[in-house]
Amino acid sequence: MATKTKKAGIGLHFFANPARFLRFARKIFPWVAIVAVACIVAALVLGLAVVPADYRQGDAYRIIFVHVPASYMALMIYVIIALASAAGFIWRHPLADLIAKSSAPIGACFTFISLVTGSLWGEPMWGTWWVWDARITSMLVLLFLYLGYIALNSAYDDPTKGARASAILALVGAVNIPIIKFSVDWWNTLHQPATISKFDRPSMDASMIAPLLLMVVGFIAYYLAVLIIRLRSEIAARRIRNLRLAQVGG
Amino acid sequence: MVTAFFGLIGRDLRLAARGGIGSLVTVVFFVIAVSLFPLGVGPESALLERIAPGVLWVCALLATMLSLGRMFDEDFEDGSLEIIALGPLPLELVVLAKALAHWLITGLPLMIAAPVLAVLLNMSTEGFAVLMISLLLGTPTLSLIGSVGAALTVGLRRGGVLISLLVLPLYVPVLIFAVGAVEGAIFGLGEQANLLILAGGLLAALALTPWASAAALRMALE
Amino acid sequence: MSFFEMGGYAAYIWPAFGVGALVLIGLLVISLRRLKSREAALLRLEAAGGGRRRRGRGDGDEEDAETEKEEASP
Repeated sequence: MATKTKKAGIGLHFFANPARFLRFARKIFPWVAIVAVACIVAALVLGLAVVPADYRQGDAYRIIFVHVPASYMALMIYVIIALASAAGFIWRHPLADLIAKSSAPIGACFTFISLVTGSLWGEPMWGTWWVWDARITSMLVLLFLYLGYIALNSAYDDPTKGARASAILALVGAVNIPIIKFSVDWWNTLHQPATISKFDRPSMDASMIAPLLLMVVGFIAYYLAVLIIRLRSEIAARRIRNLRLAQVGG
Repeated sequence: MVTAFFGLIGRDLRLAARGGIGSLVTVVFFVIAVSLFPLGVGPESALLERIAPGVLWVCALLATMLSLGRMFDEDFEDGSLEIIALGPLPLELVVLAKALAHWLITGLPLMIAAPVLAVLLNMSTEGFAVLMISLLLGTPTLSLIGSVGAALTVGLRRGGVLISLLVLPLYVPVLIFAVGAVEGAIFGLGEQANLLILAGGLLAALALTPWASAAALRMALE
Repeated sequence: MSFFEMGGYAAYIWPAFGVGALVLIGLLVISLRRLKSREAALLRLEAAGGGRRRRGRGDGDEEDAETEKEEASP
């Protein structure tokens, strides 16, 4: 029993102390930043210059080297927010709340990038800037979910209450995302636009996988780097708040 | 507990009745919003017939959403929500009663107004029965999902605008399957699958949303 | 030169990568700036607060004290 709680204590409460987290974050931050820059640059060089053009789509397919990793990050970050919210809600883990809050703007940015690049890819491929395709539409709804989450989180004056309210919203949203995805796919088969099926995703050439994977790794490292920056600034904000409250109270 | 549950619904209905015309605002909004569409897209009957199910459902969605703010706000402000929470009824059931009352006040009038508006939009007659069933299954789901948004924004200054941002993305599946059912009936594609999914959604919302709303209310009452 | 023409798709590819870079770099800059301003504000408050041990009685107190030591050392 004792060892069990100790183990759980290390896993879960190791970072409950912001000071310890800050020390850890300061140590890994340079590495994460280096990995982010190196992978993204390598992916750009490979994806833009080295990999040959697709025989059907020409060079336009190169957009997927931002589009697909960004879409992937958008979904992954929402899952992280939901998991962190669950942890924050169930165990009142302060860092989990902060992770959820700090991740949301990053996820929203990736969702936005995914939408814009999808649109820029769609214009030469489908002939219009916007197609109500199932994947794009789901992404749009995901962006709305992110915006709602961010708005709710910032609407509360008390950060603890804001964290708990948005945790509930994130969990409800996480339950809903598969349903939304399913409903949008369903809707799309009913209203199949005739132009789409001509070009689907290009057949994956083996040489395309390297830049894609590199970009995904680079984006993950970028996410961690910005997350650390935002977490540090959230922790600083909380301490400012505590100090101000203490001054008013004293 | 059963009497407390129905007592709460009765109380909300009486309060709404005392509100007089104020509680009919939702339906009036629904009627006005729908009748703006012919003015916006033109009176061409073929076009209106084509978009009628979607227009009716989108407006029903917006009308329901507009009235969500009142689900808990007034009770929270005058302190009666706290008294109700201290009563014999678990907060989850309080939420359920509140959502049910909300549906009786808003969803049911929408169902009465919808067929009339469907006639105005020249919707084809094959869709009427399914439209009513889809509203019967869909609008309670909207009230239940909406209860989460209402509970999360209770006591917030800009709660009203915020609710729409929180709730509308979650309404997407209801909209898709409900309109899918009506169009399925009109175009002869069959409506059964859509209606079954709507029913499943209602059951899932009945089982899950009270927990989320109750958790949010507990936080607000702390 | 053909690298920048991208087989005729330059008008789509460069904006796509440009928007991605712009948004990601913008987010990074905003986050860094906020961190800087908040840390500066925190330092100012701590300097003005002086004997904080007397005042702080919140749950974050112990953590704050520890971070202070941590930050004082380097």
